[in-house]
Amino acid sequence: MKFKAMTALAALAISAPMLFAGGADDDTLTIDGQEMITKTAAPAHMAETGIDTIMSGWHFREDDTQAMQMDTFDNPGMIAVDQATDAWNTVEGTAEKSCASCHEGPESMGGVRAVYPKWNAEAGEMRTLAMQINNCRTEQMGAEPYKYEKAEMTAMEALISVQSRGMPVNVAIDGPAAEYYEKGKEIYYTRYGQLELSCANCHEDNYGNYIRADHLSQGQINGFPTYRLKNAGLVQTHNRFRGCIRDTRAETFAVGSPEFVALEVYVASRGNGLSVEGPSVRQ
Amino acid sequence: MKLTGISAAVVFCATAAIANPVTPGDVQFDEYGAIQTSLSGTMGDAASGAKIMTSRAKGNCVACHAVTALKDAPFHGEVGPTLDGIADYRTAEELRGIIANAKMTFEGSIMPAFYKTSGFIRAGDGYTGKGAKEEDLTPILTAQEIEDVVAFLMTLKGS
Ligand code: HEC
Ligand code: HEC
Repeated sequence: MKFKAMTALAALAISAPMLFAGGADDDTLTIDGQEMITKTAAPAHMAETGIDTIMSGWHFREDDTQAMQMDTFDNPGMIAVDQATDAWNTVEGTAEKSCASCHEGPESMGGVRAVYPKWNAEAGEMRTLAMQINNCRTEQMGAEPYKYEKAEMTAMEALISVQSRGMPVNVAIDGPAAEYYEKGKEIYYTRYGQLELSCANCHEDNYGNYIRADHLSQGQINGFPTYRLKNAGLVQTHNRFRGCIRDTRAETFAVGSPEFVALEVYVASRGNGLSVEGPSVRQ
Repeated sequence: MKLTGISAAVVFCATAAIANPVTPGDVQFDEYGAIQTSLSGTMGDAASGAKIMTSRAKGNCVACHAVTALKDAPFHGEVGPTLDGIADYRTAEELRGIIANAKMTFEGSIMPAFYKTSGFIRAGDGYTGKGAKEEDLTPILTAQEIEDVVAFLMTLKGS
């Protein structure tokens, strides 16, 4: 009994460091002079989480990493954007079309990243941006799909994300999206692996705290794809999910799996209101 | 020759039967989550315990806990409370229980169980991301490693 009472005390002790460990910093993120929304009121559906302010992962990074994201020329992820711009205009497949044949310039993609994953009523399918890109390739162009996590796909996502930079994430969770939201939420709170840790244990209960050398963020995905200095390359949302689950000594889900699509719907919706930042820069 | 072989085998079996190491499935926690008897039957070695606590592949305790006595190993986390002075208010039995399975002491604790091999959701094969069969799982720390960590923690006195 004595020790069970201690639990409550210990729990208080855990949340306390969050207040003085500094958590997120108070810097302002501008990219090429345009100010981003990196902290804002949590969306209504997060009321039960106890988080009242949602924050971009940018606030939890070191100053030099932060700085790299503030200027297009310093952001190593922008190289992929240039490469994808070439791909955008390249004719491929049996229909002899390029993205540009149907969509004109990449700027026509403004607002797209902000609302994905998105329900496609015609197909009766929840689509991530990667799934939509591949759908265009196979159905409209008669071209081979990109592999889900290959460089070409990630680059194309980066190009499309840049067109929505600064716009608030606004992923729908009602109607047909509701079941994906619920399934994703269940995954978010499941304590996987031999370490028995859920996404929430690290990114909800402990954001702002250090876990060894890593400063835990809220695990938001508004900055994806993300250029990771550690990998010297762009990584997608599902790669990050997989890495985080692997680190709990668990069997992960596959990139592009129905589980990760649902998790992406849920995690994206926890960022509703934050600016699209992709491609962001992380350590 | 033959006799020696038999007697050695008998001695070995006898020790194993009476005491240790206790397998993860056979650990007895008391109502407060403490474990009264040594898991290995052998005294813990504090120096080895210190190494286990800072090793990423072993306890990696400092990922979550700050410990001033281990400050030579860089980067201590803030997820759990500091363990400075822990021996002033925890007994060896309590510490053994907390390390083996903290959830028996602190309900729903974030702290992983270091001596447990069943009851996981999608347990993996180490940090490979691949699945593992439950019967192939080994605890994160061995019985002796837990005794070593307990021995080290018992050196952490406040004043
Ligand atoms: C054991 C702790 C732990 C668990 C459990 C965990 N993560 Fe993470 N995660 C981290 C760390 C450490 C980082 C890198 C620092 C940061 O951005 O928080 C990270 C980063 C992330 C990022 C990148 C954020 C950014 O701004 O670049 C996302 C997204 C993320 N995690 C999502 C998840 C999801 C979803 C789950 C569950 C499936 C999960 N994490 C489980 C520790 C964890
Ligand atoms: C993923 C995080 C994490 C790891 C790794 C971890 N702990 Fe903990 N530990 C905690 C938390 C959180 C608590 C607070 C208890 C609770 O859950 O309320 C705790 C509590 C404790 C306590 C009780 C402290 C007290 O004031 O009574 C001890 C002792 C302890 N841990 C030792 C260890 C040792 C030794 C290791 C490594 C073998 C370790 N921990 C690894 C998170 C962790």
